Amino acid sequence: MARIDVNHIRHSYLPNPRKDADFALREVHHTFEDGGAYALLGPSGCGKTTLLNIISGLLHPSHGQLLFNGRDVTSLSTQERNIAQVFQFPVIYDTMTVYDNLAFPLRNRGVPEADVDRKVRETLEMIDLASWAKKKARGLTADQKQKISLGRGLVRSDVNAILFDEPLTVIDPHMKWVLRSQLKQLHRRFGYTMVYVTHDQTEALTFADQVVVMYDGGIVQIGTPAELFERPRHTFVGYFIGSPGMNVMPVAIDGRTATLGSQRIELPGVPKAGGGAVELGIRPEYVRLGREGMSVSISKVEDLGRHKVVRARLEGREIAAVIGEDETLPAHPKVRFDPAGINIYADSWRVEMGA
Amino acid sequence: MDKTWNNKAWFLVLPVLVLVAFSAVIPLMTVVNYSVQDTFGNNVFFWAGTEWFEELLSSRRFWEAMARNLIFSFIILAIEVPLGIFIALNMPKKGWGVPVCLVLMALPLLIPWNVVGTIWQVFGRNDIGLLGYYVNALGIDFNYVQDPFDAWVIIIVMDVWHWTSLVVLLCYAGLVSIPDAFYQAAKIDGASRWAVFRYIQLPKMQRVLLIAVLLRFMDSFMIYTEPFVVTGGGPGNSTTFLSIDLVKTALGQFDLGPAAAMSLVYFLIILLLSWVFYTVMTNYDAER
Repeated sequence: MARIDVNHIRHSYLPNPRKDADFALREVHHTFEDGGAYALLGPSGCGKTTLLNIISGLLHPSHGQLLFNGRDVTSLSTQERNIAQVFQFPVIYDTMTVYDNLAFPLRNRGVPEADVDRKVRETLEMIDLASWAKKKARGLTADQKQKISLGRGLVRSDVNAILFDEPLTVIDPHMKWVLRSQLKQLHRRFGYTMVYVTHDQTEALTFADQVVVMYDGGIVQIGTPAELFERPRHTFVGYFIGSPGMNVMPVAIDGRTATLGSQRIELPGVPKAGGGAVELGIRPEYVRLGREGMSVSISKVEDLGRHKVVRARLEGREIAAVIGEDETLPAHPKVRFDPAGINIYADSWRVEMGA
Repeated sequence: MDKTWNNKAWFLVLPVLVLVAFSAVIPLMTVVNYSVQDTFGNNVFFWAGTEWFEELLSSRRFWEAMARNLIFSFIILAIEVPLGIFIALNMPKKGWGVPVCLVLMALPLLIPWNVVGTIWQVFGRNDIGLLGYYVNALGIDFNYVQDPFDAWVIIIVMDVWHWTSLVVLLCYAGLVSIPDAFYQAAKIDGASRWAVFRYIQLPKMQRVLLIAVLLRFMDSFMIYTEPFVVTGGGPGNSTTFLSIDLVKTALGQFDLGPAAAMSLVYFLIILLLSWVFYTVMTNYDAER
């Protein structure tokens, strides 16, 4: 297991990148701690798979350095880096048995057959496929195949990290839960450094201790699921995480007061806004619907079973609020923003608030 | 589930049956007719029974031609399949090279068979042929008109030139269907070039390779035009294959009875082989 330092890495798929827009990865500088479980979360095309392939060595970055435990591995090949990777579509060797599939990476490295046998049996136990050892891998279900892909990584006890590239895409929904919790368990038991790429926030938030949110070729925020939820550093994180996403509305700031159209909103502190476009962000969970506050007109109520999502218009803008399943809507609905949930953004980046 | 029987449906296949009757069944029956009779022209026929079949199956000429066919098929398969795989593996997967290679590969397949024969007939001549002349200039005595071994060499080289492309194109189609993730996973697993071929590429090509082998075997077993143009079956009978022998008997010697018997035997062999291949392929599919 290793600590992975991504040192000012930039990558472009073009031969001669000039502008920032030519880079699939603008600049990433981050440390993945030894034994951590990380999720790289972001929409398609944000560079998360590029970053993953740079870590695994399938791609070599245009600029920057990659360190494993402080050792520069930027120019090393995938094999020399000794990492494991699980791909979106299960990769298995059709003609081999489950056992031989798992033995393959060890045999390629010339491990003595006695050790191969011991390791493969251990791994089969870990991924819960011991009774399938002698079966041809071809006939397995998608989730079993994906477990074999994972197993081929686990079988090498000395791997530096296990990388996952949207590994649950082709798995049935009910198996996703099972696999995800098995992964989590493996992580707790063996302390692998795991990096998990996904565009599914539920997957990211349940799997990882630290979620790295990527947007447009860069990291916009790194944090625990709670931090991403409470204090999105960028309006994109606000939109992308949470369902529905954060309400963001342009406001004018004057001291502790924000003005939204004809409404005035009290802020928990004085934002240190440096100018630019100022916006107020508040998650639907912090929008209180009641008899006092700002008048809204309700356009739609979505009943999700555990709670309701209310879509309303405030000062001509769409706003979403989450209310309890048993709550009823007042005749003349008004909303109030819970100060604890208010964030202020200048040019899309969050600004701190002073007393 | 109960099957619905409706014999009226047969009327729908009637047009096809009529067509097949005229194009295949009736001509075939005339051949059967010839094969059991003897004729000296003028539409006078004498009943011969199984005489022609007995004569054919006990004749050395027939079994020698058959042996030549099998040896020929074996040799060209042994060359074309590995060579085809090798070329397909080395063809570019993307970029401008792909269409260039595909067109180059398709060219020999587009040339009419008798033209292929003529090209090699001239190409191999030791007086004016580019190949024949320079091979002789190198000090190698090469003369396909007189030396049976040289005749075989030129026919095999010609077939390899003509048909390896087919194997290449089929294999290439199998190869490009392999997702990148397989190669990436193999890299991560530390697989050697050979292991990648053995456990990823070959299994993915298995099906198309089977088709390639079938097609090439059937085609080479029925080969006629090219060797007929190049060597005319000679020198002696050294390149006389079943089909050439058949035409010699039927049109050269005008022995219609023996030729018809031979056609039927030839037809049955092809039918048998087709059945074997069909069974192998459907079994293979069922296994998947």
